[in-house]
This record gives sequence, structure tokens and C-alpha cells, in this order.
Amino acid sequence: MLLVLWVIATVTFILMNIIPGGPFASEKPLPEAVKRNIEARYRLNDPLWKRYVDYMWNLIRWDLGPSFKYEGRTVNDIINSGFPVSAILGVTAVALALLLGIPAGVLAALKQNKWPDTLAMLAATVGVSVPSFIMATFLMYIFAYKLRWFPAALWGRPSQVVLPALALAGFPAAFFARLTRASMLEVLSEDFIRTAHAKGLSTTAVIVRHALKCALIPIFTYLGPLLAQIMTGSFVIEKIFAIPGLGQHYVTSIYNRDYTVILGVTVFYSILLVTLNFLVDLGYILLDPRIKLTEPSS
Amino acid sequence: MQKRLACLVLALVLIVGGIAGAERAAEQIIRFNIGAEPETLDPAKSTGVPEARIELNVFEGLTRLDENDMPQPAIAESWEISEDGLRYVFHLRKSQWSNGDPVTAHDFEYAWKRALAPETASQYAYQLFYIKNGEAYNAGEITDPSLVGVRALDDYTLEVELEAPTAYFLSLAAFPTLMPVNRKVVEADPEGWFLKPETYVGNGPFKVTKWVHNSYLELEKNPLYWDADSVILDKLVATTIESEDTELVMFETGQLDITNTVSRPEIPRLEREGLLKVIPNLGTYYYIFNCEVEPLNDPRVRKALSMAIDREAITEYVTRAGEIPAFAFVPPGIPDAEPGKDFREVGGDLIEENVEKAKALLAEAGYPDGKGFPTLNILYNTMDMHKAIAEVIQEFWKKNLNIDVRLMNQEWGVYLNSRDEGDFEIARAGWIGDYVDPMTFMDMHVKDGGNNDSNWSDPEHDRLIQLAKSSNDPAVRMQAMHEAEAILMDQLPVMPIYYYVEAFLEKDYVKDVIYSSLGFIDFKYAWVAKH
Repeated sequence: MLLVLWVIATVTFILMNIIPGGPFASEKPLPEAVKRNIEARYRLNDPLWKRYVDYMWNLIRWDLGPSFKYEGRTVNDIINSGFPVSAILGVTAVALALLLGIPAGVLAALKQNKWPDTLAMLAATVGVSVPSFIMATFLMYIFAYKLRWFPAALWGRPSQVVLPALALAGFPAAFFARLTRASMLEVLSEDFIRTAHAKGLSTTAVIVRHALKCALIPIFTYLGPLLAQIMTGSFVIEKIFAIPGLGQHYVTSIYNRDYTVILGVTVFYSILLVTLNFLVDLGYILLDPRIKLTEPSS
Repeated sequence: MQKRLACLVLALVLIVGGIAGAERAAEQIIRFNIGAEPETLDPAKSTGVPEARIELNVFEGLTRLDENDMPQPAIAESWEISEDGLRYVFHLRKSQWSNGDPVTAHDFEYAWKRALAPETASQYAYQLFYIKNGEAYNAGEITDPSLVGVRALDDYTLEVELEAPTAYFLSLAAFPTLMPVNRKVVEADPEGWFLKPETYVGNGPFKVTKWVHNSYLELEKNPLYWDADSVILDKLVATTIESEDTELVMFETGQLDITNTVSRPEIPRLEREGLLKVIPNLGTYYYIFNCEVEPLNDPRVRKALSMAIDREAITEYVTRAGEIPAFAFVPPGIPDAEPGKDFREVGGDLIEENVEKAKALLAEAGYPDGKGFPTLNILYNTMDMHKAIAEVIQEFWKKNLNIDVRLMNQEWGVYLNSRDEGDFEIARAGWIGDYVDPMTFMDMHVKDGGNNDSNWSDPEHDRLIQLAKSSNDPAVRMQAMHEAEAILMDQLPVMPIYYYVEAFLEKDYVKDVIYSSLGFIDFKYAWVAKH
């Protein structure tokens, strides 16, 4: 795990130093003296290897350094203030996606090839194919501009979570629905389902306790990377709804050549991703009786 | 005197207000969008327009710009300028910081020296290079700050010595870099004093009460401001929204009163509805010719290229926000020597468009009907508008001169690097003035100037710029700059295309906001009418 993080940090460090242009380039070039003062202040005139060693050492102590762009703010500070916002939005979106996607998938599987199935799958196809920024603009137009039910943008009140969360939930909800339907259909034809029916269990019990539990495994697998991705924020959604999250920093820091922010948010994302994947692996044991940490001796 | 004037103004406002029938709304709040998260709010270090829009409402310098961008007494009640224009003595009024400390001449001395100090590493330190030894101190050539030409003679008298007579120094005194700062507060937390409302102490009409990063700032009226009686607004909300479409929806649903910009396709509709506001912006959009590259090293070629485009078509059909076709380099909006005259009006148009002449010039340079002309690249930073303009120009050159150019876009940082290293043939560029004087556009083309990316130089042009810089006589200065501009536009190392304007939306109940052609917004006298 640590090896993965080290490789990511190193590759990012090399790549960002290869791109031309620096954090203080501007259309109004600086006098030499001023440029020297700035480079001295941010230690940009140290040799590359020294900056690399310093950076790695600080990384171990989770000191991500000062932002070059935002005066007086550290990268830790930017993550600490942006991540909670993106995380709240992300978790809400995933919860919405699960609430919409799984029932739709179950319904579609149970009524296979009947109209609820067709309808759910049509909605899912639309959800998967429409990119989130189109969804966001569409939602904003309908619910903020036309109906005026929700504020168009900004962050802070619960009503301001609804539209961006819906926009973010579109794709995963559709994906969940298709995934649930497919695995439900597979599980429903298995022998143990027939056994459960034969034992005289009610249909609801069979579906919820046996079929659904198994059918959820692929969803659970997808949940790890999805959470890591969605909790660290979306550049497009945050831009459209003017949300002070972390997602925008992934893109803007590169435009700004804000070296410390580029590295900081990349490493942060990697840690989150690796950790969540690890947790998902652990979660399998609880969900799937077929997976065990140690092989029982036969 | 001041009081009587204030009464008179008040009476006038009441009369005018009465006639117009505009009544003040109960809630005096304006929500405006600054378009980006401020990179810093330390006036010594900030460089951008979003930052200045906050700082100018939180701080006040020796002078403040009025609605015509002319400097008016502010913290300095009056001043004397020596015969040779090198020494200024400012007499400060008794005023207070928002924490109750007195604002003194020492605060100005401290603030200016701090902005110049090498360890501050301010990107805009050059705004103070006009001050004696300012540049040397910034470069570390002298280390004794007492040699820098700014001195508090007593608590309320500030003496400033300049390197050379600088006619626009009083305008510069209203610029964020020259704002005073409260020493006690800054020294307590030099890196972060401006991040927290409790320690962000200013001396202007408003004070910051809340800063939610990447979202919005809240400002409230500063009751300790010396002219607080003139301030009508109770509160300002400054959002940092980047998306044009988002701010438009917010404007139309009442979440915003003033936008930062406006989405081009919506302009005709918004203009019909009377919501569009277009103000001149002190800036020029132009192309740079790399004068070291064949065949652009031939002035006839550069001239032919400049003559063969239709600038009016570009502003009318491509940019569409009311931009002004540029037939010289210095934009309108800068006063000339004679009061009431505009530098651009006096200078007139310096280049012409003429396809026949362009063809003749190109033939003379050895490329009749474009034969043998190499394929050049137009470099621009990735943006739809730049691309659209480049495509139109590509078409004009093909149609009128029968020459081919390729378009090449680069991401902003890469593009700046290419320009800086001279790694281009033709490059798109824009220049926004730093102060209201032609010099902010004219001194960038001198030999080896940091902003001279065309690699062009002309000794006579440089001599005239030097003359304008060292003279204290407005007539001599302006004349020298007119002549220098004529040389520049005859040689055309840069091809002006249009003068910028700023187009944005303002609700009709928002009154008396001062928009400067430098991009600043002053809310000191602003108010909200009943609606």
C-alpha cells in the first residue's frame, strides 16, 4: 500500500515538473529582482532532487506545504476545508443513487421484460449516457430557474445540497440499477433460491434475505472506488453550483502550476482510494459466505 | 469646507433622487460576483482584479479614484508637489483603522517599505519602483530601508521622493499596492492576518466579516471609516463564482445583483431587457509579431497583415459585447495634456485597413499574391473566443492575401512560456493598464523590456519614451508618447485588434456604483432603490 502511494507521489512530482510554465508566470512578466525574491521565498531555486527529498520527508509527517497560489493557506488547510464539503455532497449523492438504483434494479429483475423493466432500463440508459454537467444544467434550469424550488448555487443550507447531489447521483444510480438487475436475474436462477422457496419461505423473505444479499456483492465492489471518487469532489459539479469543495483543486491546481496543491490532493485521493478498496475487501467477508480469509481445511 | 461640500452633494442627491422618484430600499445589501477566489487579500501582494475589488472597499489610500478615474483626496486631505515633480508632501486627515487605532503617516511608510522588501516577495512590487531607491531596495542592491524615498515627517505628514517625475503618481496612490496596512496587526501574523476577519483590519468604507473560501465573502459597513456618513450600504456579499451560466441563473433568480461577466449568446436578449452594462476597460487585444522570424522581420509584411483584416467585423460578429475596433495601441479613456481631451482622440487612428495596399506591400516584400509566403502559426491560449478570432483572421489573410496560417493553441502556462522564450511566430496577447496614463501601454515596447515579446526595438521610439518618463510637463510627455506611438504603429511589431470593454449585468435598483476602467468597483456611495 505504501509502495503504491510512493510511486504515485513520485510520478506526480516528475510529471508536474516536466510541464512548461511555473506558478508565477503571468502575462505581465516580473522584473528579475522580484522574480528572484519569489523563487527564494518558495525555494524554487533549490535543485530538483533536494525539493523531492524535502517534499517526501514532509509528506511522511503529513505536512503538505504552503499553496503557491493562495497566499497564507497550506495544502492541509485546503484539504481540511474542502474535503468535508465534497464528502457530505458525495455521500448524499451515493445514498440517493443506492436508494434509487437498487429498488429500480430489483423491480426490473422481478418484472423482467414487462413494462416496469423497460421503463427502469430506459431511465438507466439515459442516466448512464447523460454526463453530469448536462444533468446539472438541466436540473438548474428546471428547479432553480423555472420552478424556483431550490437556489441555483452556493453552499451552506440543506436546500443547496439537493440539486448538485441529484446531478452527481444520476450516473451511479443508473449503473446500480443495471448492475442490480443483472445480478438479481443471475441469482434468482440459482439452486439455493429454489431451496429457499421449497422451504416455504415467503417471496419477500427470499428476495430480501437471500437473493438481494448476493446480488449486492458487485455493487459493493463498485462502491469503494466510487466513494473515493465522489467524496473527493467533482470539478464540473463544483464549478456549476459554486460549491467550495475539493474537486476543483484537482484541475485548477494544474492550470496554476500550484505544485504543492497538485501533489497534496493527488496523494490524498490515492490514500482514500487505497483505504476504501481495502475496506471493501474486508466487507466481502461479511457479505459473501463463499469468501473466507483463510481456506478451511477440507 | 469639506462639510459644506458634503451638504451640497447631499442636497443635490436628494433633489436628483426626488426627481427620479427613486426611494431607498429598507434592505441595503448588494450581492456581486468577483468571478474567482481571491488569491490573497494582502494589498501589498495581490495582483488581480477580484482581489482589488475587495481591497478597494476595505482600504483607502492617499487618494481614491472618482467616477472619471481621476484621483481625489482621500486619507490625504491635501498635498504639495515640488517644482521638479520629484517630491510630494501629503497631509493626512485624522482617521481610524477598523480596530480603533489611528491611521498615521507611519502606516503608509511601513506598508510601502513592506511591499518593497525582498522577503515579502510581492509580485506587484514594481508599482512602487517610481519611489526613490524602491527598485534598488527590492533587488537587494541596498539593504537600508531608510534610503527608500518615503518618510513620515510626523504622524500626519508623509514625504515621498520619486526617481523621476511621474505624472500619474496620484493615480497610483489609489492602487491596492499603495494602501496603508496596520503594522501591529500585520506583524502579529504576517502570513495570515488577512485570512481572518478579526485580524483583517482596514481603513476603508467596509470591513470583511466572513470569508468562506471558494464560495463568498461578506462585508459590512465600517462604522469607524472617516467618511462613514457617506456610506449607505449596510452589507456586501461578494461571491467567487466562475461559471458564466451559473451567475446568470443566480442573477435572474435574485441571488445576485451584479455579475462579473455575461455569457455571449445571451447578450442580445439581456440588452433588450435593459440589464446589460458595458463599460470601457483600459485594455487592448492584439497580436504580437515575432520580428526575428522571416518574413515577419520585414515591416512591409507586418503592415500588409495588419491592413488585410476587418476589425469591425471581428467586434461585431465574433466578440459581440460592444468592443471597440482598435486602430492604435493606447485605448480610449486616458486624459491627454489638455483638460477634457482624450489621449486617443488627440492621437487619432494610426493604422488603416486597405486590402489593395496590403497586396501591394506584400508584393513589394517579395510575395506577389502570397506566392512563396511560408505557413506561419498563430499561437493563442486555449479559449473559445481566442480561437474564433484567430479563425476569422486566418480567413481574412487567406481571402485577401492568399497566404496560409495555422492555428495553434496552448494551455495558459505553456503559452506564457512560449511567448517568454520567443518560441512563436504570431501570438495573441492582451494588455490591461495598471494606471490611467498612456505610459502603462507605451513603456512595454522598449528594447529589452520585460514585456517586449516581439523582439522589436527602435532607438527613436526608446528616446521618446525616456523623454516622456523624465519630463514633468504634461504637454511634453503626451507629445512624446504620441510620437512614440506613431513609430510603433508604423513599424507594427504588435497588431492592435480591439479595445476591451467589460460587459456584465446590473439590476436596475442598484445605484451609484463606481466602475473603473481598470476593473475596480467602488461601493462607497452605492445604494439600493426600492424595488
